[in-house]
Formats: sequence, structure tokens, C-alpha cells
Amino acid sequence: MIKTLAKCVREYKLPAILTVLFIAGEAIIEAIIPFVTAKLVNGIEDGREISYVLKMGGILVALALVSLACGGIAAFTCAKASAGFAKNLRHDMFGKVQSYAFGNIDKFSSSSLVTRMTTDITNVQMSFMMITRIAIRAPLLLIFSIIMAFIMGGSLATTFVIVVPFLTCGLLLVAKFAMPAFRRVFKKYDRLNESIEENVRAMRVVKGFSRERYEEDKFTKASESIQKDFTRAERIVALNTPIMQICIYFNMAFVLIIGSKLIISNFGTTINVGQLQAMLTYGMQILMQLMMLSMIYVMLTMSAESAKRICEVLNEVPMLDNPENPVMSVKDGSIEFTDVSFKYSEKAKKFALSDIDLKIPSGATVGIIGSTGSSKSTLVQLIPRLYDTTQGKLTVGGVDVRKYDIETLRNSVAMVLQKNLLFSGTIKENLRWGNENATDEELIEACKLSQAHEFVMGFENGYDTMIEQGGTNVSGGQKQRLCIARALLKKPKILILDDSTSAVDTKTDALIRAGFKKYIPDTTKIIIAQRISSVMDADMIIVMNNGTIEAVGTHDELMKNSEIYLEVYTQQTYGGGDADEAE
Amino acid sequence: MKPNNARPKGVPAGMPMGNPFKTLKRVLGMLFHFYPVLLPVTIFCILFSAVASSVPALFFQSVIEEIRNWVDSGDWSAASKEIIPMVLVLIGLYVLSIISITIYTQLMAYMTQGFLSKMRCTMFGGMQKLPIKYFDTHKHGDIMSHYTNDIDTLRQLVSQSLPSLIQAGTIVLCVFCIMLYFSVWLTLIVLTGVSVMLFVAAKFGGGSAKFFIRQQQSVGKTEGYIQEMMNGQKVVKVFCHEDKAKEEFDRINDALYEDSYKAHAYANCLGPINMNIGNILYVLLATVGGLFILGNVSNLSISGMAFDVSIVVPFLSMTKQFSGNINQVSQQINSVVMASAGAQRIFSLMDEKPEDDNGYVTLVNATTDENGNITESKERTHKWAWKHPHGDGTITYTELLGDVTLDDVDFAYEEGKNVLHNVTVYAKPGQKVAFVGATGAGKTTITNLINRFYDIADGKIRYDGININKIKKDDLRRSLGIVLQETNLFTGSVMENIRYGRLDTTDEECKAAAILAGADDFISRLPEGYETELTNNGSNLSQGQRQLIAIARAAVADPPVMILDEATSSIDTRTESIVQRGMDALMKGRTVFVIAHRLSTVKNSDVIMVLDHGRIIERGSHDDLIAQKGTYYQLYTGSFELE
Repeated sequence: MIKTLAKCVREYKLPAILTVLFIAGEAIIEAIIPFVTAKLVNGIEDGREISYVLKMGGILVALALVSLACGGIAAFTCAKASAGFAKNLRHDMFGKVQSYAFGNIDKFSSSSLVTRMTTDITNVQMSFMMITRIAIRAPLLLIFSIIMAFIMGGSLATTFVIVVPFLTCGLLLVAKFAMPAFRRVFKKYDRLNESIEENVRAMRVVKGFSRERYEEDKFTKASESIQKDFTRAERIVALNTPIMQICIYFNMAFVLIIGSKLIISNFGTTINVGQLQAMLTYGMQILMQLMMLSMIYVMLTMSAESAKRICEVLNEVPMLDNPENPVMSVKDGSIEFTDVSFKYSEKAKKFALSDIDLKIPSGATVGIIGSTGSSKSTLVQLIPRLYDTTQGKLTVGGVDVRKYDIETLRNSVAMVLQKNLLFSGTIKENLRWGNENATDEELIEACKLSQAHEFVMGFENGYDTMIEQGGTNVSGGQKQRLCIARALLKKPKILILDDSTSAVDTKTDALIRAGFKKYIPDTTKIIIAQRISSVMDADMIIVMNNGTIEAVGTHDELMKNSEIYLEVYTQQTYGGGDADEAE
Repeated sequence: MKPNNARPKGVPAGMPMGNPFKTLKRVLGMLFHFYPVLLPVTIFCILFSAVASSVPALFFQSVIEEIRNWVDSGDWSAASKEIIPMVLVLIGLYVLSIISITIYTQLMAYMTQGFLSKMRCTMFGGMQKLPIKYFDTHKHGDIMSHYTNDIDTLRQLVSQSLPSLIQAGTIVLCVFCIMLYFSVWLTLIVLTGVSVMLFVAAKFGGGSAKFFIRQQQSVGKTEGYIQEMMNGQKVVKVFCHEDKAKEEFDRINDALYEDSYKAHAYANCLGPINMNIGNILYVLLATVGGLFILGNVSNLSISGMAFDVSIVVPFLSMTKQFSGNINQVSQQINSVVMASAGAQRIFSLMDEKPEDDNGYVTLVNATTDENGNITESKERTHKWAWKHPHGDGTITYTELLGDVTLDDVDFAYEEGKNVLHNVTVYAKPGQKVAFVGATGAGKTTITNLINRFYDIADGKIRYDGININKIKKDDLRRSLGIVLQETNLFTGSVMENIRYGRLDTTDEECKAAAILAGADDFISRLPEGYETELTNNGSNLSQGQRQLIAIARAAVADPPVMILDEATSSIDTRTESIVQRGMDALMKGRTVFVIAHRLSTVKNSDVIMVLDHGRIIERGSHDDLIAQKGTYYQLYTGSFELE
């Protein structure tokens, strides 16, 4: 895990190392300062001449300035290193996800990827900052202070033999009990936030049923239960302060009693007042560093979880890769499935597709129909190699899809996905996803073919109209038509529409299909639809059922020999079509 | 249509930055309001522990004095008689201090979580009362961040900054007094040094807070981009758009890096700078003190002591304490600024104007005697009446029938931009009214007006002859059922989800409603039947199944008037026909307003309203409209696209 993360430090290694060095420098000086201070105080006590006081003072000022410089530089290098580390992590994760195949994407939900790239990275960034700043400094100061304490205080330093183990045990115990409690609460807390989101999203239902009070009561109960758990966890952590304080006070009292006894019984020869003071300072420092270490300990264990989640993304191996010496062009739009079976994961018991044998000539129009879960989408997703077949062979243009350069293949096989999306940006920008260098004329041409031109021109800003995130400001049918135009701009050899006209009215749907026939006759067109009218006039209709091909044929043939087809047909003719374009 | 389609534009996204002190004062006021006893107790304990930790400086001074007096004699047994009692008092003080620290840290943990929970609940309760407009005009992510990020800043403030500020402030004050007791001159030097520290703190603390807020905004932007891309990852792949996406992401990512770097750099600087100013101040005092002693400068102090080692030495340790605490205060500036910004956003949500409701007509259970007189009933009678109190003290009852009329209604989401013009609709009890038209024609808007999600600009809407403005909103909405196009289910069992329609229904009634909706069949086949837990908006169910539950939920409420927004999402033919049957069953015997997408629904309607750009352009039954050969005819025959 650490190895994976360490790879992301890269160009920020130097600032990270500098941070450690400068912080170490600062720590050493910090440890020396009380030592010199003691001399200064003693100087004043003993009534030494002013030049001695000035000399010590000068050394101290110089030390303070060096410490300031070290601290200041470290502040910047540390911020740079940690922010840069986080930047690289985000960059790498985002890049990694871009390299994922569909199979990998299915593994992570999109919201979990968002959390991993934001909250989790922030946690790791904070830990990284803590480590570079404190992980070196605290132990260094601790050891140094203990040594100094023994040198200066002699037998007085025995106080630490008592205090340090006590504090360490106390802090560790607190951490041990608090952490699982916190972990539990955080999970609950996440659920509470999910329920708020649910409420906000369903506000029309809440208000429609006048359930405001009910929701409020429900929320209050959940919130109070979390409060209880949280309070319990926080109260354990709150014990840290008194434990720490007991140690500090014990140390002071001990040093005062034993110290004064030592000084007086030895006539101030073994130890003097200045040393007494220094002992108190060192004591404070030792305890503070222990506190810091326990903080790091807690923080690291907390962020270990985040780091683990980040590494999962980074270490995921993309399920598809480009072949060596790939084929760089697709000859034509013919497709052939030979004995193809497919399942989504190795562990899955059931095949999503089994024993598919299918031959589609270049330029054909193919309709696919079948109920939900019959694996229509799965079938077509194999063609642009979004997934690899589990068994059997799939060729496009006579060549096995695994031999193509992936980008070449996908540029020749355009696919409009069922769950389609437009991105925030203008309509033009969205369309140019299909072809970066498309001219305005080409855009218009594609939109005319997908019956989108007219409504686009109806917008105030035409093709420069801004699409909002998720495309919420165009209707479902409009979105689908824009998505088709976007795919057309690739000038593909094979065009796959996965239920992409479901929200388009029948009339427009027919116009789109007529346009395909007329303007892109050489392109193989594969159309998945729920509406029988969308596939009726295809050269070839495939009826899918339960992951297998139930029947293949033209409309007339299927009416005669496919029961499923007939059933769907009669149901739809009875039920009637759509009244208007869906929103 | 997605509800937020109807969003009026031009609502400012940013929050006005008010006076941070006022905001903080309000936070404290609320804290006090929630914990009128515990808060003072806590503050007292903090104060006590603060005083207890500054007083020992005095004892040190005395003990050192004693040591000095006895050191030459070397007689510990005699010295101990003086020293031990002093140390014992000190230990007593320590014990008290530890007790008070334990009390206040425990109370603080208790109060922080209680306060946050109460804030969350207040915010949530207030949010429930806001008009739909608020939710249509604010991004859900932004609303959510009030409950997550903003509440977190408050946690930081209450649990850490506040006690730390009180404690450090008290110590500073105590030490200051003790310093004055010893020497005014030296105190002045300390004050000068401290003002430099405060200046630096304000400069760097303020700077880092500024960048932290900027960082917050950058994080939001990055998050938005990641979210969009992760959601559309498959589209990205299909279009081989990976490199473009990475390029764009790097740009946003770099901006975030810049802000994050600066914010942390400034914050990190604060510690070393102030610590070393403290160190230099220490040296300065030691030197000046030494000079004063040597030069026999006359001291000015409350105690009247002359300059002496026994003044300078304890003074030095006090300086350390003083500057250390000032440093602590300055470390908190950052989180205080962040918290005040967070609190401001929380208050802006709390201060949103709730949906106003001046209705006084209520819905009551009623019985009718043989003469047709309606009387109110305390029991559930399955018969309802509007209770209408009049200005002269009389009360009249009107039977709940479900007669809804819209009379010459105009409406605008934004003033001056009417989206509905002169809409008049009469729906007699039991009639089915269908709205047909293109996106943005105003179909959903009309239904939003009947249940008063939005209020009309002009005209009148009456329910059983009563102006709906006079009806209490809760009661109005209770008399109207809605099934929205987008199905929203809640986390909980299927049964609980159905019962959402009416909370006092029995399991049997819920089941009956499910049977009516055609949902019983699949629910019984779920692993735990009606007790199956739904999570994440019922993601374990299919689209069609979720719609069936929503229909059952509306059926349980059994209102005389229904508003239906037909779903258009593509579900397979078999499920769709089940949903269709469920809808039909639900509509039977009720006044129904339906935003129709299926010709079969439209055909069966009593009246069809064809809407275009907020106006009703055609109205009548299916046969009438076909005969008219207008827009509807063209639409029906499929030769015209309503765009």
C-alpha cells in the first residue's frame, strides 16, 4: 500500500525531504534553546557580568532566527509536498479510471469513486503533512529532550520513568477504545447524510403527502441516536486532556519537591535553580511530544482506511489491453459471432450470453428485441470490445476484435448507450465528442440526420446553447437525438443504438431510420428497441430471450414462427404507442 | 420532466458574507439557548482550570526564594517545613484543576454532539417547511453540504476553538495581572512583543483562511467534474475521450493544488513564526532584566518589589506561558473564520422563509344525516368534509367531492415571465383530465399549482368551490394524491413505503392497495415479501416495480383527486402493461389530472387539454378533437411533432 502511494510523490520528493530536514533542524534547535536559556538564567542569578548575559542572549536570538528560518521554509515545502502529493494522487486515480474497461467500471459505483478521489485523498494529504512534519520531529524532540533531561537533571529525570509509561499507556488505551467507536459512528453518520439526500430528492413526495412532520421526527430520532454514539466516542477521547494534565502536574510537583531537596541538601552543587527550570521545560516538551505521537497514531489508523480505498483504484488492473502490433483499420461493417458465450465476472455462475452464432453482413439494418434482462445490451457491447467474450470468437470486418487497436475499433463502431449522457458545455462541444475536428456544416448535417437540427435552432443560442450537468435542460427525446448525432459524427462503419429512441415519438423515430437508410447505407445499423415499430422494417430482427438468440428473421417470418415476437407485437398494437415525445 | 427543469434562472449562487462577529454571537447564543445550565458550568470549569494553571508561577517564585534562603545552610529538614506546605497547596490546586478539566472536557464532548444534533434537526425541520421553489432553485449537492461540511466547521468551533480560546484568554489575563504585580516595565516589553505576534497571526491567519475558503471552492469544482465524468465514464470510453478528459481534469486539479498549497503554507507558517517571536521576546526580557538588575533601575510594580533575580526569573517563565497561549489563540483564527463562514451558510438555510400558509379551511371526518346535513365526527368515517369557519363565527361544512376548477390562471416562475396564460380547466368529480403537449408547454406547471407547490399569479383555483388559498396546505395536499414520473422511494421496508401514503393504515389495507396497484404479485415474490428492505431509492427493484409501489402508496392515501405524471422511461412491454393496469385502477372513481404520454390514457380521458407555450390551444374529448382535425389530430396520426 505504502509503495503504491509513494509512487505518487514523484516531483514532490525534494520538498518532502527538505521538510523532514528542516523540521529536524528546527527540532534540534528547539531542544537546545532551553539549555542555553538555563545558562542565561543562571548568569542572571549568579550576577555574572552583563557581557555574559548579552553573549547568551545573542546566541539565543541567533538560534531563534535559524529556527524561524527552518520552520518557515518547512512550512512552505511541507504544504507544497502534501498538496502536490494529493494532486498527483488525484491525477493518477483519474487517469487510472480512464484506462478502465467496462468490466472495471462496473466494479466501482460512481459515487464511491467520487469519494475516493475527494474525501479519501484529503485524509491522506493531511496524514502526509502530519508525517513529514511531526513523525520525524516528535520522536527526535522526545529522545533529545529525554537525553537532555538526564544530563541536566540527573536523578530528577527519574520522574520521566514514572510519567512517560503512564502517559503512553493512557493515550494508547484511549486510542484503542475510541477508534472502533468512531469508525462505527462514521458509518452511521454516512447513512444519516444519505437519508437527508433522499429527503431532498423526494421533497415533492414528502410535501405531496404532507409528511413534513413525519420526516422531521424520523430524522430527529436518527440524529439523536448518532448523537449518543458520537458523544460516547468523544468522551473517551476527551480523557486525553486530563491524563496529560495529570502527568504535567505530577512532573512539576515532583521536580519542585525533589529538586528543592537536592539543591538544598547539596548546597546547590549538584543541581541549581536554572537546571530546575530547564527540567520543567523538558518535562513539558517530552509530554507534548508523546501527545503528538498519539495524535499521529490515531490519524494514521483513521486514514489507513482511506489509503486502502485509494490503492484499490490504483492497483486495479484494466481488464482489456491493446494487442501488440494491432490492426489499425477496420475494413467494413460485417460482424460475426462464433460460439460466443459471456459472463460479467469469472465468479458469476450464470452466463449472460450463451452460444451466440450470428452473421451480420456489412450495411445491414438489424433490429434486436427482447424483454428486460434478455442481454440485448450485453450482446452489442461486445462488438466495440467494451467487454471481451468469455468463450468463442467475435470478428468485425473479418478480423478478431481483440486484434484491433482499441481506439481504431471504437472509432469505427459508434455506440449510443442506453444510459446516455450529455456533459456540461455547449451543444457544439458535446457533438464534437464524436469528432473533434468536425466543421459546423458536419455538425448540422449529423443533427439533421438525427432529427435534432430543428429543435436546436429553436433554442435562443442554437448550437451554442449550454447543456447543464447531466443534460437536465433538454427533454429526454432531445437528449437521445443529440446523442445519436454525436455518434454519427464519428462516421462509423457500424452504428449501434441501444434503446436510443425510446423517448422519441414514433414519427420522428421513423424519420431517423429513413434517414439512415438514405444517407448512410453502407453503415451497419444495429437497433435495440422496446417498440416493435422501431425494428419492424429491419433486414434482420433478432429476438433475444434469457441470454440466447430465440429467433432471427424478418418481421413477416417472425410473426409466423416466433411466439415471443408475436406476443409483443399484439400487446403493443393493443396498447397503442406514445402520445408525445417523452420528457 | 425533471422537477428542476422549472428552475427560474438568476438566483445568486454565492452567499452574502455578513458580519462574522454577529454570526459567531448567534452561534454562541444558540449554544446557550440549548444548554442554559451546562454551558455556564463548563465555562466556569474552563476558567477555573485556566486560573489554576497560571497561579503556580507564583508558587514557583516563592519556592525558589525559599531554596535560595536555605541553600547555604544545606538543612533540608528545616527548609522542608517551609517548602513542603507550599507544594502541598500547589498539589491541592492541581487536584482541583484536574477535576475541573475532567468535568469540562466531558461536558464539552457531550455538548458539542448535542449542539450539532440540535442544529441538524433545527435545520432539517426548517427545511421541511420550505417551499418547493427552494429545492427547485438550489442544487441538491449544495443543500447537502450544509449538513456535512458546514456542520463540521461548527464542530471544530465548539469542541476545539471555543474552549481553547476561553482557556488561553483567561490564562493570558491572569498571567498579565501577575506580570503587572511583578513589574510594569517588563510587562510593557512583553506587550510589545505580543502585539507583533497578534499582528502576524492576523496577517497569516487571515491569509490562510482566505485560501482555505478558496480551496473549498476548488474542491467543489473538482468534485463536480469528477462526479460528471465518473457518471459518464462509459460514454467517455465509447468515444475514446479519455485523453481529453484527463487534460481537462489536470487543469482543474492544478488550480486546486495552488489553493491548497497556499492555504496550508500560510497556516503552517504561523506556528514557527510566533514561537520564535516568543523566543526572541524571552531573550529580550532576560537581557533587559539582567541590565536592569545590574543598573539598579528602580522598579514600578504592584508588589513594590525592587528589581531582583526573584522577579526576573519567574517573569521569564511567565513570558513563555504568555506567548505560548497567544500562539494558541492565533492558531484558532483559521478555524474561527471557517466556522463563521460555515455558520453563515447554515443560518442562511435556517432563515429561508418557510412556505406561508394562511389557510383556515380544514379537512375533517364527517357524517351526513338523512337530510343531507353534514356534521363533524371524531371517528374515522371514510367520509370527509371541508370545515370552513367564517368571519362572523359561523362554521359551514362542505362535502369533499373532488371538484376542481382553474379559472383564468396565469403563472410565472419569475416575475414578468408568464409560463401559463389564461388557463381555465373544469374537472367535475370523477372526471379524467389529460394534459398533452410538448416539453415546456406547461403541463407539469399546472399540476404544481393545484397542490400549491407554487402559487398562482392571477386567476383562481377552487376545490369543491373553495378558493385553495383558504385551505390549509396540509389538508389540501391530503385531499390530492400524486404519482410522479420520477419514482422516489425511501429507505425502509416495502410496507413502510406503501404506508407512507397514510400513516394509520393497517397491514391489510396496505396489502389491499398493493393488490389494487398490481404490485402484490411481485412483492410477495421478494425474499422477505412486504418486509423486504429497500435502500438507495429502491435500487434493488426494477423501474417498473418501483412505479408499482408508488402507485400503491397513492392508493393507500385514497384521495378524491389524483395528479398523475405518467412515466416514459422505457420498461419492457410486459411490466408496462401491469403498470398501466395499476394506474387505471387507481384512477377509477376519482377526479384525475394526468400528464399523459400514452395514447391509451389520453383516449380514455373525459377531457383532453392540448397545451402549447403555456396556453390551452385545444380542448375536448378524443372524438371531438379528432373531428376538429387540429394539432391533436396531427399528433394522434403521428404526422406532427409537438416541438
